[in-house]
Amino acid sequence: MSETITVNLKIWRQEGPNTKGSFEKYTQQITTEASFLEMIDLLNEELNNQGLEPVAIESDCREGICGTCGVMINGQAHGPRKATTTCQLHMREFSDGDEIVIEPFRAVSFPVIRDLVVDRSPFDQIIESGGYISVNTGAASDANLTPVPKEAADQAFDAAACIGCGACVAACPNSAAQLFTSAKLAHMASLPQGQAERWKRTESMVGTMEEFFGSCTNHGECHEACPKEINLDFIAFMNRDYMKAKVKNRALSGQR
Amino acid sequence: MTQTTTERYRVKPIRQSRREWPFPLNLYQTAVGRKWVMALTGIGLLGFVLIHMIGNLHVYEGPAKMHEYAESLRNLGSGILPRSLILWLLRLGLMVMFALHLHSAITLKEMSRKSSLNASFQGGEKKYEGGREYIAANYASRTMRWTGPIIALFLFYHLADLTWGWWLGDDFVPGDPYHNLYSSLSRIPVAIFYVVANMALAWHIFHGAWSMFQSLGINNPKYNHLRKGFAASFAGLILLGNLSFPIMTQANLIDEDERLCQVNDLASNDEILACLTKQLEDH
Ligand code: HEM
Ligand code: SF4
Ligand code: FES
Repeated sequence: MSETITVNLKIWRQEGPNTKGSFEKYTQQITTEASFLEMIDLLNEELNNQGLEPVAIESDCREGICGTCGVMINGQAHGPRKATTTCQLHMREFSDGDEIVIEPFRAVSFPVIRDLVVDRSPFDQIIESGGYISVNTGAASDANLTPVPKEAADQAFDAAACIGCGACVAACPNSAAQLFTSAKLAHMASLPQGQAERWKRTESMVGTMEEFFGSCTNHGECHEACPKEINLDFIAFMNRDYMKAKVKNRALSGQR
Repeated sequence: MTQTTTERYRVKPIRQSRREWPFPLNLYQTAVGRKWVMALTGIGLLGFVLIHMIGNLHVYEGPAKMHEYAESLRNLGSGILPRSLILWLLRLGLMVMFALHLHSAITLKEMSRKSSLNASFQGGEKKYEGGREYIAANYASRTMRWTGPIIALFLFYHLADLTWGWWLGDDFVPGDPYHNLYSSLSRIPVAIFYVVANMALAWHIFHGAWSMFQSLGINNPKYNHLRKGFAASFAGLILLGNLSFPIMTQANLIDEDERLCQVNDLASNDEILACLTKQLEDH
């Protein structure tokens, strides 16, 4: 059942990283079958027609897997629907006459590039500092050459679901990046292929994370905001591994 | 890979890692390590709060038993060590734990604040224009940095009140905790203050005693569901025990009417203590 609703938008506009931004108000008519980004597309088309600057918002896959589209919608990262990215959100979540406040993810290390687009490259720096894992290249090895326990594979898969969208940082009252970092760490640390560099990787990725982000106080807001519902257990896993990494005698790291 | 990316514009870190201190001090330089310290000192403080509460239940056995309990604390280990030495070591340990807990709490909070400065900041918290409905963060977790200082202030008041006797004046009898407790808590404003402060403590423990498991990486799906229950019961137990003292005093269940060694009848503090000791021996 589609219907057409009118929403009152309050959108953060900011010309560049160094200019001051402010909220602008728009009204938009939209069918409830449209996605949230389609609603913004229509708004932008109208702005274009009027010779005004369209609202800058990032998106790529529009199917919830690339992690570029995150914005705060009414104070919630990726909007009101649980386990859903902004691009997967539909206008049927809203009612006629609703005010929708759209603003960029906030954290000092996520500087605004323009309007709703923020620079999430500190996440890339965390990943970079993780370095490499030792797998042989060349012809693909036999599929079942390295046995992986089912549970470990499941856990690694759960962690690997993180799309690096930054909602966890945005939702966190401390702007801490623990959920993202711990998901990336657990992804590797759960698998046999990730063992060789496990302790070094944990130390350096946590180190880089702390250069950019705040300190976790276990509120749990990140998990609620996360479109992939990454579990808080990974944060505990990271805290444990980090301490082990610091205490470990690397020459003995074969002895787990 | 790195060669292609170093040329690019990069977001600058808001803090640079400093020269590393020798192990294990370097753990305190990192936020995750510091959180470990906060959790470990938190456990120490939890232990203290629990023992302190249980020990004080001796007050329900009357002035003489309470006096005996206080003496036994001073006499810990006195067979081989000088009297009060162990007590002072415990006190020192507590002070160190308290100082570390406070320092790590304050500095980590500051780190979080510095990481969120470009958001509008209200009441020390990151806010969004579109309002902010917390989903997981509860009232206790968001008020740790208020309940903490309330506890610290209360602790200072409490020591000045019942350890140093600043506010009881001549009514303060060192070595007679029953009398001091009664004199202090029978004043209504003081009783109210004790109730409020202990509610803050329970709030703090309600989040802290769960949070510490995560900070220390104590996480096992088999037991995880017990962690919040543990925190709630611990907080409840402490609250129940500690609130009983001001409430029972106000309800006249702790009072001095039938006391054998009446403070006003006896001339000096020594006489009072001698009377209490005699009462114990008579039993
Ligand atoms: C006897 C008193 C206290 C006890 C039993 C206690 C206990 C705890 C525990 C168990 C934690 C959890 C640690 C963790 O998350 O890893 C904690 C956290 C904390 N404490 Fe205390 N604490 C006490 C006093 C204080 C005081 C005086 C302050 C003053 C500032 C304070 C501030 C904090 C803060 C800010 C946290 C971090 C909260 C969080 O991570 O969510 N605490 N406390
Ligand atoms: S942990 Fe979740 S919220 Fe954080 S970056 Fe990954 S997918 Fe996004
Ligand atoms: S556009 Fe790719 S996750 Fe939303």
